[in-house]
Amino acid sequence: MVTLQSYLVVAAILFTIGVFGIFVNRKNVIIILMSIELILLAVNINFVAFSTYLHDVQGQIMAMFVLTVAAAEAAVGLAILVTFFRNRGDIAVDDASVMKG
Amino acid sequence: MLQGIAFYLLATVAVVSGLLVVTAKNPVHSVLFLILAFFSSAGLFVLLGAEFLAMLLVVVYVGAVAVLFLFVVMMLDVDFVGLREGFARYLPLAVIVAGILLAEMIMITASVILEGAAAKATAPLVATPETSNIEAIGRVLYTDYVYFFQAAGIVLLIAMIGAIVLTLRHKPGVRRQQIHVQVGRDARTAIEIKGAVTGAGVSPEELS
Repeated sequence: MVTLQSYLVVAAILFTIGVFGIFVNRKNVIIILMSIELILLAVNINFVAFSTYLHDVQGQIMAMFVLTVAAAEAAVGLAILVTFFRNRGDIAVDDASVMKG
Repeated sequence: MLQGIAFYLLATVAVVSGLLVVTAKNPVHSVLFLILAFFSSAGLFVLLGAEFLAMLLVVVYVGAVAVLFLFVVMMLDVDFVGLREGFARYLPLAVIVAGILLAEMIMITASVILEGAAAKATAPLVATPETSNIEAIGRVLYTDYVYFFQAAGIVLLIAMIGAIVLTLRHKPGVRRQQIHVQVGRDARTAIEIKGAVTGAGVSPEELS
């Protein structure tokens, strides 16, 4: 019998891996985007686990919306990355200061 | 019993491949491990009884997002070795932050399950043929959440337009078909009539 806690621990570990990936790959924006996908996946696992164990389907609806936003974010993020690469010739984002922000 | 074995197998694969996503040297391998992580998470969703979301995860992530990542990683000619040079420097800080975050989240999880909102959650929902997962989702999604559903469509539309606007570029020197110019041509502007004396013809200087 798999308990709710097992799923939540898996989601917590995946979330932590995502945060860890953002920290160690400060320069590589592709890995950062993939880490964000991992974080959103962990959130989805939490939503679905609670939805199933609390017998309420609304959690799965929310997981679907998270999925939608994640897909849109990946598309726009990669488009920005391609434009950035065209303008600069590399994707090192730690010294990205084109906008002088 | 079988469910437990499947859960631990899928969870282990998901966590290990998630770790390999952020530590792999080659970003192509990272993308492939990301696909594996999403695939095993889809397996976890099936175990939880959320078949529709599991299939959605496979279709949207493995079919679209991961392929998009793979396409960008392979298309851009990037020096990936130089991008890893800060890895060892940030590692200790990252391990500390990740450890604290994980400990906090597991403590919150334990308190929520033991005496919080999920204290009564003991058994997962079992789908019956009368109330399948996809039917339950459809009943709620198209009634209570119909405006959110429309908003999700608008989000996707804007993302699509944004991606096209960002990556579209007009190269100078590329000859394109200009239909309005072609259609707007008529005999008065397209040809020129030169008067020529019979028998003498027109010299090349006069023609140009």
